[in-house]
Amino acid sequence: MEYILIIISAVFVNNILLTQFLGVCPFLGVSNKVSTSAGMSGAVMFVMAIATLFTYLLQYYVLVPLHIEFMQTVGFILVIAALVQMVEIILKKISPALYQALGIFLPLITTNCAVLGVAILVVSKEFTFLGASHYLNLAQSVVIAVAYAAGFGLAMTLFAGIREQLDLAEVPKAFRGAPIALITAGILALAFMGFAGLV
Amino acid sequence: MVVALLVITFVAAAALGAVYVFTEKPVEAARLAKINKAIAEVTPPFDNSPSDEVKEVPVDGRTLRLFPAKKDGILVGIAVETASTKGFGGLITLMVGFLPDGTIYNTAVISHTETPGLGDKIDKRKSHFSVQFEGKHPDSFKLAVRKDGGDVDAITASTISSRAFCDAVERAYRAASSGSGQWQ
Amino acid sequence: MNLKLITKGILKENPTFVLLLGMCPTLGTTTSAMNGMGMGLATLFVLILSNMAIAAVAAQIPGKVRIPAYIVIIAAFVTILQLLMQAYTPALYETLGLFIPLIVVNCIVLGRAETFAAKNSIAASALDGVGVGLGFTLSLTVIGAVRELLGSGALFGYPLLPSGGITVFVLAPGAFIVLGYLLVLFNKIKR
Repeated sequence: MEYILIIISAVFVNNILLTQFLGVCPFLGVSNKVSTSAGMSGAVMFVMAIATLFTYLLQYYVLVPLHIEFMQTVGFILVIAALVQMVEIILKKISPALYQALGIFLPLITTNCAVLGVAILVVSKEFTFLGASHYLNLAQSVVIAVAYAAGFGLAMTLFAGIREQLDLAEVPKAFRGAPIALITAGILALAFMGFAGLV
Repeated sequence: MVVALLVITFVAAAALGAVYVFTEKPVEAARLAKINKAIAEVTPPFDNSPSDEVKEVPVDGRTLRLFPAKKDGILVGIAVETASTKGFGGLITLMVGFLPDGTIYNTAVISHTETPGLGDKIDKRKSHFSVQFEGKHPDSFKLAVRKDGGDVDAITASTISSRAFCDAVERAYRAASSGSGQWQ
Repeated sequence: MNLKLITKGILKENPTFVLLLGMCPTLGTTTSAMNGMGMGLATLFVLILSNMAIAAVAAQIPGKVRIPAYIVIIAAFVTILQLLMQAYTPALYETLGLFIPLIVVNCIVLGRAETFAAKNSIAASALDGVGVGLGFTLSLTVIGAVRELLGSGALFGYPLLPSGGITVFVLAPGAFIVLGYLLVLFNKIKR
């Protein structure tokens, strides 16, 4: 039950894209087509889950025991950069099909602030489970990372669907491209505000 | 190739260590100054150093810190650093000051992540919401919003933030009443 | 020539309105003019120092480990900024929260390292950092000012409209919509 609640909260109520503004660059950059959006979302989910697992271990088994929590930013970004490289190499070897689908997005993910953002969020914030609140354990961290990624994917895919339609519309010249995309995203964010208070 | 990367990482780590050592004291001082400022805001004038006489009291699995404010050796108020996780944006941290008889003297928001323009009205600088707590005794003033059968007028459109605020104050009161015996 | 390095970052190659880079902090921290300016100046700090450091060492770094090396340098300056802000501007540090460590992955910083600092002198890279950083700061301050005025009826914390504001402009949707319309305005003026 409590897992269902954190998943709903992470996907809808605290959607990382539309309420926390993490990962807006790929959101605006590669959301022209539903298919590329889905590919990007898949790659983000994959990397985010693994990255959160490793950064969690780094935080609680290296940084905290050594009292060097201030090295968090440097440590986390290095772990993420290394992971992305490794995922790329491994995928290429063991699953060329998956590499074809996700590979081109992987280099973009190191600088996707959603990955670093979520990794920092899960170790720095207390989350509430049915009244009691505490820092997350390893399993909960990975679950919430996947849920955040799912929320990212949902917003991204919805948005791509809208943009495919927008391409066919007569948009005033000054609004074309980024401006209309941002205003559309704003309206989508308004819709997501309706989920507030759900959990 | 590896050597270059190692050298850069090593230099960066050394630089960070140096800056960390250099800023350690100011960071601690800034943290303490914030707490002391909040204590001074929520208690009557005192002449001791409350943060040196801190007492920790566990309530609901969370450790609250009690700061006794004394004047001429007599207790004039207790500042309680309290928190609620029921806020709209997550954790809300407050300093609540009580008089020795348990009456709420004043409140101050230490940190919050509530929505600007709505939930952030719990902050005294943004609205008069928190003023209604001053001079009230929790025994006769029920610390819950009216919707929940209490005596607190919630902020319009921010019931969740108002509830969390009441939750934190109520917890502070319980901590103060269970922990204040030590100084009297 | 040197002056041009600074002005091009503010107008012609404005990172926010022309290049659309660094969107996350742009949308996330501009709830008021003050917060926008704080975020802009924090980025300016990292940008100048990382540009200079990278210009100084770029020639010694083999191509293959270029990006990881740049990221380490940038992350180090971001951490230094975090420590300094915790010590001397703790209130601003708390308000900007997560977006301070996220300067590491701000595409503007890595972008300038790769396209400018790696190929130019230390002095030129510093000036480039000043220009792009100022352009970013200016944009964020403008967006923050518009959102604060519409959303809270105030400017830099001074209340201007007695009626308050339309709250949605300081919330998430307002960020997207205000930036969208400012881009339209920018497009119109440019033409």
